[in-house]
Amino acid sequence: MRRYSAFAIAREALRYHTGWGRAWGAPAPKKHYDVVIVGAGGHGLATAYYLGKNHGITDVAIIEKGWLGGGNTGRNTTIIRSNYLQDPSAAIYEKARSLYETMSQDLNYNVMFSPRGVMMLAQTEHEKRGYLRTAHANALQGVKTEFITPDRVREIAPIINIDGPRYPVLGALWQARAGTARHDAVAWGYARACSDMGMDIIQTCEVTGVTREGGKVTGVETSKGHIGCNKLGIVVAGHSGQLAEMAGFRLPIEAVALQAYVSEPIKPALDCVIMANTVHGYLSQSDKGEMVIGGGADNHNNFTQRGSFSHIEETTRALIETFPMLSRLKMLRQWGGIVDMTGDRSPILSKTPVDGIFINCGWGTGGFKAIPGSGWGFAELMAKGHSPLTEAFGLERFREGRFIDESVAAGVAH
Amino acid sequence: MSTRLSTGGRLIDRAKPVSFQFNGRKMQGFQGDNLAAALLANGQVVMGRSFKYHRPRGVVASGAEEPNALVGLGEGGRFEPNQRATTTELFDGLTAISQNHWPSLDFDVGAVNSSLSRFLPAGFYYKTFIHPRAAWKHLFEPFIRKSAGLGKPSNPGDPDTYEHAYVHVDLLIVGGGIAGLQAALTAAKTDAKVLLLEQEAHWGGRAPVDGAEIDGVAAEEWIKNALQTLEAAPNVTLRKRCMGSGVYDHGYALAYERCTDHMPGAAGPRHRLWRIRAGQIITATGALERPLSFSGNDRPGVMLASALRDYIVNYGVSPGDRVVVVTNNDDAYRTALAVKDSGLTVACIIDARASADGPLPQACRDAGIRVETGKAIAGVGMKGKALKFVDICAQAGEGSVLETVGCDAVAMSGGWSPVVHLWSHCGGKLLWSEDNFHFYPDVTRFPTDHKGAQYVRTAGIASGAMLTHEVLGNASESAVAALEQLGHSAEAWRPSATGSEEGAMAPVWVMPQGASKAKKSKMWLDFQNDVKVSDVELAAQEGYQSVEHTKRYTTLGMATDQGKLSNINGLAVLSGALNQPIPQTGTTTFRPPYTPISMGVIAGPGTGKTFQPLRKTPMHGWHEANGADWEPVGQWRRPYCYTKSGESREAAVSREIRNTRDSLGLLDASTLGKILVTGPDAGKFLDMLYTNMMSTLKPGKCRYGLMCNENGFLMDDGVVARLDENSFLVHTTSGGADHMHAHMEDWLQCEWWDWKVYTANLTEQYAQIAVVGPNARKLLEKLGGMDVSKEAMAFMEHADGELAELPVRVYRISFSGELSYEIAVPANRGLELWEKIVEAGAEWNITPYGTEALHVMRAEKGFIMIGDETDGTVIPQDLNLSWAISKKKEDFLGKRAQARSHMASAERWKLVGLETIDGSVLPDGAYALAEGTNENGQRNTQGRVTSTYHSPTLGRGIAMGLVLHGPDRMGEVLKFNKVDGSAVEAKIVDPVFYDKDGEKQNV
Repeated sequence: MRRYSAFAIAREALRYHTGWGRAWGAPAPKKHYDVVIVGAGGHGLATAYYLGKNHGITDVAIIEKGWLGGGNTGRNTTIIRSNYLQDPSAAIYEKARSLYETMSQDLNYNVMFSPRGVMMLAQTEHEKRGYLRTAHANALQGVKTEFITPDRVREIAPIINIDGPRYPVLGALWQARAGTARHDAVAWGYARACSDMGMDIIQTCEVTGVTREGGKVTGVETSKGHIGCNKLGIVVAGHSGQLAEMAGFRLPIEAVALQAYVSEPIKPALDCVIMANTVHGYLSQSDKGEMVIGGGADNHNNFTQRGSFSHIEETTRALIETFPMLSRLKMLRQWGGIVDMTGDRSPILSKTPVDGIFINCGWGTGGFKAIPGSGWGFAELMAKGHSPLTEAFGLERFREGRFIDESVAAGVAH
Repeated sequence: MSTRLSTGGRLIDRAKPVSFQFNGRKMQGFQGDNLAAALLANGQVVMGRSFKYHRPRGVVASGAEEPNALVGLGEGGRFEPNQRATTTELFDGLTAISQNHWPSLDFDVGAVNSSLSRFLPAGFYYKTFIHPRAAWKHLFEPFIRKSAGLGKPSNPGDPDTYEHAYVHVDLLIVGGGIAGLQAALTAAKTDAKVLLLEQEAHWGGRAPVDGAEIDGVAAEEWIKNALQTLEAAPNVTLRKRCMGSGVYDHGYALAYERCTDHMPGAAGPRHRLWRIRAGQIITATGALERPLSFSGNDRPGVMLASALRDYIVNYGVSPGDRVVVVTNNDDAYRTALAVKDSGLTVACIIDARASADGPLPQACRDAGIRVETGKAIAGVGMKGKALKFVDICAQAGEGSVLETVGCDAVAMSGGWSPVVHLWSHCGGKLLWSEDNFHFYPDVTRFPTDHKGAQYVRTAGIASGAMLTHEVLGNASESAVAALEQLGHSAEAWRPSATGSEEGAMAPVWVMPQGASKAKKSKMWLDFQNDVKVSDVELAAQEGYQSVEHTKRYTTLGMATDQGKLSNINGLAVLSGALNQPIPQTGTTTFRPPYTPISMGVIAGPGTGKTFQPLRKTPMHGWHEANGADWEPVGQWRRPYCYTKSGESREAAVSREIRNTRDSLGLLDASTLGKILVTGPDAGKFLDMLYTNMMSTLKPGKCRYGLMCNENGFLMDDGVVARLDENSFLVHTTSGGADHMHAHMEDWLQCEWWDWKVYTANLTEQYAQIAVVGPNARKLLEKLGGMDVSKEAMAFMEHADGELAELPVRVYRISFSGELSYEIAVPANRGLELWEKIVEAGAEWNITPYGTEALHVMRAEKGFIMIGDETDGTVIPQDLNLSWAISKKKEDFLGKRAQARSHMASAERWKLVGLETIDGSVLPDGAYALAEGTNENGQRNTQGRVTSTYHSPTLGRGIAMGLVLHGPDRMGEVLKFNKVDGSAVEAKIVDPVFYDKDGEKQNV
């Protein structure tokens, strides 16, 4: 693999960049792989990457129906944080956050991780108590957070109206080393690294069936023929239920559309990520200058990747309440992505009833921030059959009632 | 040099001059101008700077697709960045500033990026700024952020108002050009309700500029007649300055009306968002002209041929004295004719096609205009920021210069692309035309409604019909098809039209065909984002081959014009690089809105105080007048406490509690949820809803109950009062009332739809007042009217009657451990009763108390609070509430869930009381520490604080918490963490801190 650096760019500039090779290959699928991952989104690619890097498993194919990173990896609001309440969540999200810190260097691909801080506003007494609890939990989980005063909130984010007429800001849970990253770059960086390890990324290849023999997986039927494997990882947010059905089991998840939108770009006005859960809205400003805004998920199940306008309206109203300057900006583009929702709004990283099949799904509205931690843990689970990071996220928890509910601390679990 | 022509300008009124300012410079225009035209008229060719390379830019288009001429408009709270000069109507006193430069538009330090552009190709930032790690946050990113962005941020304090309006129509037609008008004329003959929208301030679109004749009259005349007919039609509504911004599912569409942007400060809303339900939608949205990709095509003075024609014909503005037209189609010849007609010079028409022999080229030649076919522009020459000449070369070659032609403006045309955005928003698919080299709607793959029927159609050029008579025919036919689907019969007709014949165009995606890499790195595709032909080719070379990858890697089409000018050219270049047909490459997704709409209008009037309804109890004003310190509880406001002057919150809470415990207090409990559940199956329904048995409750009695969700977790609690055989009044928490009502209806409507139960949320129908304390009974007796003695009304009973001559229902229930009555009266008499109680209670020093005193008193008694002791993961068993879980009932919501292994486990954390050793108040949310760490390196815990207060009654900190095996560990001391890393010790005690035997309550 050609190393990326300022020096390499300077050298290429002299020949009009004709020397750059492909970031990742486009091979035809082989007949059989040790491991097949279905879904070349962030989680699937990260899984493949850590299978290779941590466990030496490189006979891997990552199969993608469309183009890599084209699902929720490329549709989210790029927030990275780990200030979760429950231990299993904090563990996997903090693992992810710490891996994001060095991802650009690890992958030799600038994913622009920007630890500019995430602030979760407390706008009711109840919310304030919730965040105080989270701060206490985080202190024991090794997650650095603090509860800050309204004055400090204003200092960090001057565009906030602290004394909003309806929900004045009572403080905030602040995680200074949380932030954002360039979502596409995360997928591309992993893809390039996987390809470099000799793994096959097979795009525009749809899985149409899962083949089994004696209760054990043998491969997948695809639009490019049968691809055999010893182990199969299903990592297809939004369509997990369909894949599980092909493999002969069912999942306790439903699909809903989650929406986001951006404003037109402006010069820097906000240097952190702010989430206002009482009023359901969150925003940050991208490096391009756009205000990146998200809100709630639709109440109805669908696969349209569009979403309804009512949520855009609610979110905008909520945010103008707290950030009055937004009134005079314009919405540039709205979009939607299909997210898997579990009953407890926490993910599933698990073995399945079929021997050799593993599933990673159910990230709901918060998958992007987890990508490296999810990949790390899921790769370990697939390679060794056990991972401390994924232990609590098994499918059996729904049968046992061992839920990991994060809505406790935040109405929205983004 | 651009200037105002002495004549012409169909949209301006030369009798009405208008003054405005640009970058502090005073300028003059005319009413009817748009800002871009007025700037050109004042010789201001450079209007902005590009996003990445900070290159000086002039206006390139004349409408909503403009990527370059963006300005900051207005001042103070009205300041708005990124306004397109092309869609900003000029008004007296307008102030605009240019954007994205420092220190000035003419001299911008950031333009160094342009000189370095060779080192800053597509995606360069993914390949560098990697080391050292800390530099990204502290050095590179701040620099990039400052350099990026366009306009300055807006300010708080937007003084304008915004409005939402709702309308149902049979047929919505978006676009008031001749196609939209023709569709509306067709529909006007029926009685279908029709709404016709036009984004501009004038009707008719491009036809008058293009000079067609329709039905034997000039287009201008035909449009005037059409408008007269439509205005007279009772079933047609016309709305201009109103853009169709998005099509959503089920015939839902949004339109963005800019009501007073052209006259700021005028009465009425600034913008109005129309929320339209349409039976059928026709999008007559026209087409957009594409630029040509030649080296230097982004220079100020180079613009779309149609735009140049617009400025001359519509505004009487000359973008230059000597114009070169460069094209691959016949339409641009109209621009040459318009230039010539206005008395300016056409230096040359450069046509990339091998020959151009249609009527338009012929007319140009007849007019003495030089036409060069098979040629291309090799480069653009500048002197300073002014365009001076173009170099001409053969289109077929690599760009050897054949000739240099002096000029100060270039009009370019790469053909036209139908505006298919609204067609595509909800799933309409596209086809590629090998005649016109554009995507157009595939009429066989249309957006479908809930029945699978078509609900969006296109009309005119938006359908891909390029010639005027085709446009009109297609529009009429689309209208007929839509009307027929609505059940109206109508007849299509095809007006005659002349003057629109055109020869075949040729696909020209790069000019010249064999351009070198060096040349391609000066050919702009996306003007605003500085994406060039070389960037798209680099993306393809590096494997970013999906159109979405290319877009995201290069930022092609991600600017504020969302690719209106750049997408098709970019796709074509990508297809060329991948050596695949354009349809195989496909398009990126068209997303709403069509052009950006203000956040203000999205929010509408629902911001600030009207963000959410503020719910007030009947006694709200009294609280306000008596020192209430408010706390939001859901949409309600409740007094947290009542502070007297000079009193702290803490002191007020202590006083309220002491007075209540010692003598008499009163609480406004009106926010408490009150849901009537009535019907023959009401008891059966409540037995399913609650964990305990409600059907056996006798009329006149009350019972405390718990409601769980299907997963077994506690949702809400409260007292149920049975009113009569069929009716129960369910009390819920204040914050939970609406949710619990919805929960009930969910079950009744979706699962138990055949049960005979009716529910009504009566929360706001009753005011409710809790009279609490040892003197409570005396007070009620003083008010008089009903027997509230121990014998007549035992604990957990209720009765209807009269107090102080008011009709009341009295419940003897207690959430404080004191003798307590809750009195409900009709809401409109709530204040009256409250004031009578306050007056009568004076002799016992009656003290109103707020939510904090309520919380402390309930905690002193060990009563749980939903939201404190529960958090969605707690089951009743955790709270030692097994007594409230019926063993007899066959089923209730949560029963099965609570039998699951983890729920039934002995290892769950259970409710206990906690007392710090030093008497201090435990921190909110603290965890009880256990030895060691778990597999993930996290400190082990064995419990947590759920409620913690200073108890004035006991003079010390008290808390409740959930602790592993808690009830079996009474007296044990645990360590609780503080966020500073230290810990505080607390003893496990009984959660009932006060009056353990209930002697105060049961008197």
